Amino acid sequence: MNRINKLFQEKKNILSIYYTAGYPGLNDTLKIAEELELAGADLLEIGFPYSDPVADGPVIQASSKEALDAGMTLQLLFGQLKELRKTVNIPVLLMGYVNPMLQYGVDNFCKSCAEVGVDGCIVPDLPMVEYEELYMDVFKKHGLTNIFLVTPQTSDERIRKIDGLTTGFIYLLSSSATTGQNLQVSDQTEAYFSRIAAMKLDHPTMIGFGISSGETFDKACKFANGGIIGSAFVKSLDPQDLKGSVHRFVEKIRG
Amino acid sequence: MSYFVNEKGYYGDFGGAYIPEMLYPNVEELRNSYLKIIADENFQKEFHELLKDYVGRPSPLYLAKRLSQKYNANIFLKREDLNHTGAHKINNTIGQILLAERLGKKRIIAETGAGQHGVATATVCALRGLECVVYMGEIDIKRQAPNVARMKMLGAKVVPATSGSKTLKDATNEAMRDWINNPVDTHYIIGSVVGPHPYPDMVAIFQSIISEETKKQLLEQTGSDQPDYVLACVGGGSNAMGMFYHFLADEKVKLVAVEAAGKGVDSGHSAATTALGKEGVLHGSRSILMQTPDGQVVEPYSVSAGLDYPGIGPQHAHLFKSGRGEYVSVTDDESLQAGLLLTQLEGIIPAIESAHALAYLEKMKFTSHENVVVCLSGRGDKDMDTYMKYFDL
Ligand SMILES: Cc1ncc(COP(=O)(O)O)c(C=O)c1O
Repeated sequence: MNRINKLFQEKKNILSIYYTAGYPGLNDTLKIAEELELAGADLLEIGFPYSDPVADGPVIQASSKEALDAGMTLQLLFGQLKELRKTVNIPVLLMGYVNPMLQYGVDNFCKSCAEVGVDGCIVPDLPMVEYEELYMDVFKKHGLTNIFLVTPQTSDERIRKIDGLTTGFIYLLSSSATTGQNLQVSDQTEAYFSRIAAMKLDHPTMIGFGISSGETFDKACKFANGGIIGSAFVKSLDPQDLKGSVHRFVEKIRG
Repeated sequence: MSYFVNEKGYYGDFGGAYIPEMLYPNVEELRNSYLKIIADENFQKEFHELLKDYVGRPSPLYLAKRLSQKYNANIFLKREDLNHTGAHKINNTIGQILLAERLGKKRIIAETGAGQHGVATATVCALRGLECVVYMGEIDIKRQAPNVARMKMLGAKVVPATSGSKTLKDATNEAMRDWINNPVDTHYIIGSVVGPHPYPDMVAIFQSIISEETKKQLLEQTGSDQPDYVLACVGGGSNAMGMFYHFLADEKVKLVAVEAAGKGVDSGHSAATTALGKEGVLHGSRSILMQTPDGQVVEPYSVSAGLDYPGIGPQHAHLFKSGRGEYVSVTDDESLQAGLLLTQLEGIIPAIESAHALAYLEKMKFTSHENVVVCLSGRGDKDMDTYMKYFDL
């Protein structure tokens, strides 16, 4: 069984952490992965930076820009992750925008992912139709899963379609928003989470966007298999004390 | 070969809707309704009344005699500069505001480069009493100050885009982020034939009034509605697509699209997308864009804020790749000189964007009596500062 399915079978209250490859230091990518696993994260989403990240708020825009300015490229990232599976056992996803992936070549990209032991991808601006028609076979050939996003405005019909296409989990956005805002669970959000739960989907769900504290993480766990934290983690990274800042952050969330 | 969009939202290899899920419901709503709304009799009536009585259409097709003499051809100028607000941009914003109203939207957002599209959007929002937010690169806010003041006077909120190169591309990113965060009550009026399907098609339809009128006017003035050449400048490509639209199927009409070479195509300071770009995805569609080998978007450069964009619309990418259109470029210097030439031969001060199309006349060889239509997409008022500095006026 692959690492992602195994994780969801074995664990509850899953903590997934997003961070940008090449930030705060160009060569911190693997080190952060290792420390996150030691600190108790269950799943990693490593962002490959893009110059025009339209779905991201200011924190991830800034980390992406710093990483790119420092020289981060997909080629370099796969180099940094070459030894990933010597030290990191938890599942790892790559997250980024479609254009860098297209330039690298989708087949090549999937091949490189498989070679270093990456388990799947999240590509917010790769549409479902194009994925299904052009790229799904390539992903499958290399044993990769593709994770899709769902917002409160996504129709049930479309959620069913996503449930049929993914092989991992479904990424529930707490609201239609760019990354980095605070999760506010209103009656409406609660109704949306309950609606999804009542659909009895084949795949587990994770709630992301706007989770920043132990309290918001606990809320996510109440409605889904776990929560995803991005901006709050990226903001907390201290280049002077990388290891310490990673551990302090995870402890704060896990409580 | 078809040069129009297919049912999947593609023009050949280009187009589509590469958008995050957060934008899907909005874009899907548009996709399902735009053709129906536009075809509606009541919409058509209101659209054409406003174009006539508010914008001042039809815009004249003017035979520029002294320019024609110089180039040994019959050069006609399609006078979009005489439209209300001074450019072709308002054809699109009138169409989209009527569409937004029919979708029940209360809030309008837009991006702008030169400020022309921002002004055209702020104008229709004032006209219809809708809230208006315009995103504009911090650098463009500085170089297009009069247009910023116009937008403010019209009641729009102008928000500086401070990310990336702080120009049109970044203003577009910020507008998309706003739309993601306001998914229900807001309509995004994109200013060119770019963005996810159905925007490129929708904007082209609204701008197609330019070639629709041109054909009629040519027939009246020359006895034939078929010119030999049609020229227009290309930023995202909306005035060009409007100018080409009704000539696309007529392969005898040569289409010439003029991009901004900035300080020279190979100078490292250019916005000549087809010369420097590769296929990829930007702002929601697959097209041609200027990028690094790693797929990061390159910052373009042009003296003209309206052409300072690293991509072109997907329909243009298709015209380029299929060979239907000829894509060329001229430099800052060449266009500023062409702007001065038109001013002194014809008494018309063109926008620097439009001066790019005029500058290419210099490089063409005519065999006399050929009929050439140049889209004069806008007037030069907003560019006086640049002209004054360049010519030491
Ligand atoms: C006068 C004028 N012409 C042309 C353009 C370029 O846009 P497009 O290529 O969409 O026509 C602009 C954009 O601001 C403009 O103001």
